[in-house]
Amino acid sequence: MAQIFHRGANNVAKASFIVAIVLAGAAFVVYTQVSRSSYLTGQGLEKQQPVQFSHKHHVGDDGIDCRYCHTSVETSASAGIPPTQTCMNCHSQIWADSPYLEPVRASYRDNTPIEWQRVHDLPEFAYFNHSIHIAKGVGCASCHGQIDDMAAVYQQNTLQMEWCLSCHRNPEPNIRPQSEIYNMNWNKDNITPEQTAEIEAKVAKLRSTELLTSCSTCHR
Amino acid sequence: MVSKDSKSNFASLRDKILQQNGKQYWRSVEEFVDAPEFEEFVKEEYPAHAEEWDNSLSRRNFVKIMGASLALAGLSGCVVQPAEKIVPYVRQPEGLIPGKPLFYATAMSLGGIATGLLARSNEGRPTKIEGNPDHPGSLGATDTLAQAAILSLYDPDRSQQVTNRGNPSTWQTFMSEIRAVVDENRKDGGAGIRFLTETLSSPTLIAQFKDLLTELPNAKVYQYEPVNKDNAMTGAKMAFGSPAHTVYSFEKAERILTLDADIFSGFNVRYIKDFAKGRFFSEEKKSINRLYAVESSVSLTGAKADHRLGVKPSQMVEITKAIAAALGVSGAVSNYTENADWIRAMAKDLNENKGKSLVVPGDNQPPMVHALAHAMNSALGNVGQTVTYTEPFQPSPELTQVEMLKQLISEIDGEAVKMLVILGGNPVYNTPADLKLNFERLKKVPVRVHLGQLVDETGELCQWHISEKHFLEMWSDARAYDGTVSIVQPLIAPLYGSKSIHEVVQIFFKENYDKSDQDIVKEFWQKQGMDSASKPVAAGSPVPQASPDGTPAAESKPADNAVAETKPVASPSPQTAEAKTVASPSPQAGAASTATTFEDKWRKAVHDGFIANSALPAKSVSVNNAFLTATQPAPVTTGGNLEVTILPDPGVYDGRFSNNGWLQELPNRMTKITWDNVALISPNTAKRLGINQNKDYNDLAGGELGTTFVNTYGSNLSSDLATLTYEGGEIQKPVPLWVSPGQPDDVVTIYMGYGRTRAGKVGTGLGYSAFDVMRSNAMYAGFGTINPTGTQTQIASTQIHFNMEGRDLLQVYEVDEFVEHENVHLSHDEYPKSMYTPFVYDGNKWGMTIDLNSCVGCNSCVLACQSENNIPVVGKEQVERSREMHWMRVDTYYGGGDINNPEGPYSQPVLCQQCEQAPCETVCPVHATVHSAEGLNDMVYNRCVGTRYCSNNCPYKVRRFNFFLYQDWDTPQYKLMRNPEVSIRSRGVMEKCTYCTQRISAARIEAEKDGRKIRDGEILTACQSVCPTDAIIFGDLNDESSKVAKSKKDHRNYVLLNELNTQPRTTYLTGLKNLNKEMPGYKALKIPESKLGKHDSSVKGEKSTEAAH
Repeated sequence: MAQIFHRGANNVAKASFIVAIVLAGAAFVVYTQVSRSSYLTGQGLEKQQPVQFSHKHHVGDDGIDCRYCHTSVETSASAGIPPTQTCMNCHSQIWADSPYLEPVRASYRDNTPIEWQRVHDLPEFAYFNHSIHIAKGVGCASCHGQIDDMAAVYQQNTLQMEWCLSCHRNPEPNIRPQSEIYNMNWNKDNITPEQTAEIEAKVAKLRSTELLTSCSTCHR
Repeated sequence: MVSKDSKSNFASLRDKILQQNGKQYWRSVEEFVDAPEFEEFVKEEYPAHAEEWDNSLSRRNFVKIMGASLALAGLSGCVVQPAEKIVPYVRQPEGLIPGKPLFYATAMSLGGIATGLLARSNEGRPTKIEGNPDHPGSLGATDTLAQAAILSLYDPDRSQQVTNRGNPSTWQTFMSEIRAVVDENRKDGGAGIRFLTETLSSPTLIAQFKDLLTELPNAKVYQYEPVNKDNAMTGAKMAFGSPAHTVYSFEKAERILTLDADIFSGFNVRYIKDFAKGRFFSEEKKSINRLYAVESSVSLTGAKADHRLGVKPSQMVEITKAIAAALGVSGAVSNYTENADWIRAMAKDLNENKGKSLVVPGDNQPPMVHALAHAMNSALGNVGQTVTYTEPFQPSPELTQVEMLKQLISEIDGEAVKMLVILGGNPVYNTPADLKLNFERLKKVPVRVHLGQLVDETGELCQWHISEKHFLEMWSDARAYDGTVSIVQPLIAPLYGSKSIHEVVQIFFKENYDKSDQDIVKEFWQKQGMDSASKPVAAGSPVPQASPDGTPAAESKPADNAVAETKPVASPSPQTAEAKTVASPSPQAGAASTATTFEDKWRKAVHDGFIANSALPAKSVSVNNAFLTATQPAPVTTGGNLEVTILPDPGVYDGRFSNNGWLQELPNRMTKITWDNVALISPNTAKRLGINQNKDYNDLAGGELGTTFVNTYGSNLSSDLATLTYEGGEIQKPVPLWVSPGQPDDVVTIYMGYGRTRAGKVGTGLGYSAFDVMRSNAMYAGFGTINPTGTQTQIASTQIHFNMEGRDLLQVYEVDEFVEHENVHLSHDEYPKSMYTPFVYDGNKWGMTIDLNSCVGCNSCVLACQSENNIPVVGKEQVERSREMHWMRVDTYYGGGDINNPEGPYSQPVLCQQCEQAPCETVCPVHATVHSAEGLNDMVYNRCVGTRYCSNNCPYKVRRFNFFLYQDWDTPQYKLMRNPEVSIRSRGVMEKCTYCTQRISAARIEAEKDGRKIRDGEILTACQSVCPTDAIIFGDLNDESSKVAKSKKDHRNYVLLNELNTQPRTTYLTGLKNLNKEMPGYKALKIPESKLGKHDSSVKGEKSTEAAH
């Protein structure tokens, strides 16, 4: 009986093993890259908002404190999106006729809320709390980036679990003096000795890594 | 060396364990007789997990699809999250912080008695009910019905608009049309207008009716609901000459006798709270109260009682007379001769505790029993000590509700009623058979108006239906058990165009007819004055009421004239107020002295949830024993050879909660039956009538124990059906019969609340209706027959689900044992040996104890957990497969060797034990359940792939698996209901208790922000905060001074399945019985020698020998 496969078939078989392994490896790499891509994480993507609100202008140019609008950032899980009322505090006086602000005035007039596009969107099973991060000395910019330089806010970081854990495993580099929390441009290089002591005190008070990385710390 | 004969080895081991226990507890009839079915059931362990392959898919195709889905599984990570919107307020309400819940005080009334509540509001949505710690009717606890109120609020079946003959209409149209009818009727003073309400206790509503009846003097207001205080009022009238409301102080009572009174499911949590205080045992307080129960069914009170006597309902009057005679009530003569020793010993005990004892009659008992109870309390010197009297809350207490209903029916039959306004309630369904408000009668009334939350049986037969506000949507007021005026405030604007009872009554006025309930209630109190709140508005008969013969009823004595102790009957003592920092009202003393204007006082009352010091003053009464010689209506004895009692269902009450899935799925406290009502019969009666038994089993197993009763066939529970007659009437649907150990022989107990024809999607068609046969002269007890139909039905009972096979799980001993053996320690030493490195806890270390001596098995914890943790309802068919999702269950165990007269049943709440060496953690292949740094067995839903290894490996059977998508993701109302702090689990995910980890996180964050430690008592788990007996203590074990750490040191502390070395965080404190040694049949409940011996002697030397075992 004649052989079904000719000799070269052995090489083909060997080669196909290698190709299979390479393909599987490639697929794995592609998977890891895709799942971290900005397409899936939303990192760095600007979103079209109903009002062309510029953090760059309000924070960077005007120097308004974060807490003027995000009032509950120190007390609650949610930092709080300002009610239309907050906008109108100023804009009933200045830029009162600006066409850019028409949606805001319409909202105030008709008592219909402005529907903003959520930029930083954690999964529903992750329970993030702003107030404790502020209390522990994590600055706004550590997660949100240079908001004062963003005309339209985008997501600076991936907000993936590995990113959260990178800090929960080693929070020390991200702890600031309490006075610098809302400072977008704080730099560790020009730190005063008092501030160093404050940071050390804060780090000493942090809960153990075991607790910070326990599942129930963020998931319920 | 391992013995070759491992089987006999196992048998000897089992004998040894049984010996050690010293006592045998059993959970169901099947277990008692060791029926083969039962063994089969237990073998399957999780009957739910048994193969249930009802799909035509072949195995080959199944594997194909599984392979494909496995290959695609990885891609599920590559899903872009859907875009979300953030919608802030336009003008943010003051005091509201997004993400922080607010608590508002409100109240829920049932049968005219209010319980003060704190309702949690997340961004304006009520999501959870807690008790109001300052309210005298609650003291922080609630019953199951209040917990389930959240689900009723968001019930999608609620009626959503005004309808006229089933067609959508508007409130304006309704108002103008009804006002036109009223105007026509003004000429004769509204002689054709009748209002039918449920029990009235709202001072505002009573005043509204009073004012209305000055405009329409000939209109009448009637009250009716099937569970009422008729007998109590008539009994008080017999004893005192005038009706009176009775207020008990269980806390002060050291000896308590109940006469068919189920104080633990009587929907008054304050009484449970007070009882538990008297029951509490600690090293400092070693004397506990003693409870005697005489009852005609099996109730929680009988289960908790130290001595229980089951009698027939027809014997209750005579046995009460016999007790009264023994207690020295002059004139009491009885022809009851049985149980003379029992009565004598019990009476002696009560007599020795004069002024510290208490006799409590049940509301379903005839007036004679109530009158005798008053006489007994008077003879025992309890009046003013453990029992006080006040004026009744209701107007026209001279007329009972049944008499009022009778009057209404005769007027309808005489076609004297031109307009009937039914304000709440469901009389078409729940009126007695001989006074049925059926269509034949209703069509004689030209204009019929119904106010209700559902278009129910009554709404269907009325031209006008008005959607009624839920109590979380309305302003109102009510009186608590001691008369304290409680303010009902809304948490949410009505979800639909609903109206409250105040608003509907208001439209009958000539002027100011279109008013909101807020204005009505507030203006009433402004006019009335908040300081006079302790005056019973009811007194002085504000609603003029004609007695049956047409003459005006005698006015009852105004409260001012009563010789009164002026201090309030109960002073609230907030125990847990501190913990609810968001919720706790401001200190009262300061506010009270500064509150001067009405607005201040009103705001304080709304904030607190009640008007301070508004409890009704005590009414001075004296018992006249003449009633003993007066002729009594002859008891009905015609109906048949069996006695039948009718009780409100502990779940759905009189049927008003039928459409509430939480209450339907809540296992009955005794039988653990869900989604159904059954008729209870005793094992003897079942044997005599050949019910629920299969003679073959007698030969096979359990023969030596005498009887074999089988509620079980295979893995499902089934029971025989029978036609049941009662006083000549027959229940339309066949009644499932259920053998209930402890039930008196020849007594059948049936439950109200089922057999609804228009209850909504959930409640329609379940069970049989006891109202088919209820008679106005035999409301709660009478005679009847049962005739088995020869067919069976499936009953979903959880009684033998998650069974523990008779291991040493429950411990109940006499209280004297712990006085005598001061050094006894029931908890074994924890075995330190483990293959795993021990966990180190430098922060908090959470733990819990559950005091079985306090627990009465009321089930509130189960529902509180369900509400807090977004636990779904699975339905009857899934419960039959043992797939109920409750994270917490209350096991019941009967004790003793006599199935007809068992001890208990004892209740034991079981939740995740949070093991230190958790068997579940080690078997999870995907690390979905892991140990937290504070000792919890965390469950990570988004990691879980549903292997169910963990639940198979859990010795406590506390893990629950989502076999299907039980959560309703689509109904918009339910989206509002859920607790936003807890993930909503999807199909294929395991879930379980984690000590309310969301509450731990919230408290930890607050403490960390303040730079302090979490205070003891700052975290209350949902089950702990609702518990009426304070049986559950949760806290930090690393804090030596914490309540839970102290509780763990209690001598009674023991561990479930200690031999498995799981080292649970949840431990139990042994249950106690305070037995009277002089009682006949006294059987000591001693701590077995095996437990005493090794601990009483020097502990250190014993340790090594124990380890060697």
